[in-house]
Amino acid sequence: MTVHWRFELDTKRQYEVVFIVDPTADDEVPKLTESFSQIITDQGGVIVKAETMGKRQLAYEILHHKDGTFVLIEIEGSGKEIAELERRMRVNDRVLRYITVRVDEDRRRAEKLKDRRARKAAKRPAPGEHRRRGPAMEFAEASGE
Amino acid sequence: MATNYEDRQRGGGGGYDSDDDGDRRPMGGGRGGGRRMHRRRVCRFCIDKVDLIDFKDVRLLQNYLPERGKILPRRISGNCATHQRMLAEAIKRARNIALLPYTTD
Repeated sequence: MTVHWRFELDTKRQYEVVFIVDPTADDEVPKLTESFSQIITDQGGVIVKAETMGKRQLAYEILHHKDGTFVLIEIEGSGKEIAELERRMRVNDRVLRYITVRVDEDRRRAEKLKDRRARKAAKRPAPGEHRRRGPAMEFAEASGE
Repeated sequence: MATNYEDRQRGGGGGYDSDDDGDRRPMGGGRGGGRRMHRRRVCRFCIDKVDLIDFKDVRLLQNYLPERGKILPRRISGNCATHQRMLAEAIKRARNIALLPYTTD
C-alpha cells in the first residue's frame, strides 16, 4: 500500500480547477487567474489551460450573489500545488466557490475503453456482412426480441 | 409526490435494442402491478459510447434532473450502472459549484 502511494506521488497528475469570481469584481478576473497560475508554476506545476467560461447565473445564491464569472484552470503537477492554491482561494474574498477535480485517472480509463473498443471493432467484421445467421437468431427475432 | 417521470419515459422514444452490450433487462423494472414500465430504454451513454461525463456540461446533465432537481433514477432513464454512477458524480460536482441546483421549489 505504501509503495503504491509513493508511486502515485511521482506520477504526473492532472487537475481541473473551476472557481467562481464575484461578479462585482469582474475586471479582476484576468489578474486573479494570472496570480493563481503564478502560484501553480511557483510550486512546480504546469498550466495546461486557463480559460474563462464567462459570466453565468448561479443555480443557487452564494453569499447573496445570483451570478458569477466561472474560470477553469487545468493543471498538471504532483498535487502539492493544489493544496497551496486551495488555501489561497479560501482566503480570497473574490472567489465565491471553487472545486478541484482530479481528471487524469478518469481520462486514462476513458482512453483505455476507447482503445479496447477500437480493437474490438477492427477484429469484428463490419456489422451484418459476414455474420452467420443461425436458427437461434431467427427464433429470437420471431419472438419479438 | 407528483413526478411526471412516466411522461418523460414515453416522450423520448429511444431505440429498444440498438446496442448489444447486454446491459438491458428484457422486462421493465416494474414491480407492483399497474406501475409497470412499458419500455425500458437502453443506456444513452452506451449508445453514444461516452467514456467520460464532464461536470461542466450543464446541458447534458440537465436532462437527468427533473424539475425538482433530483437525480433521475436509473429505472426511469434506463442508464446502465456504470454510466449512472458517472452521471451522478458529475451532477454532484456541478451542484457544488452552482452550475446545477441542489433543489428547486
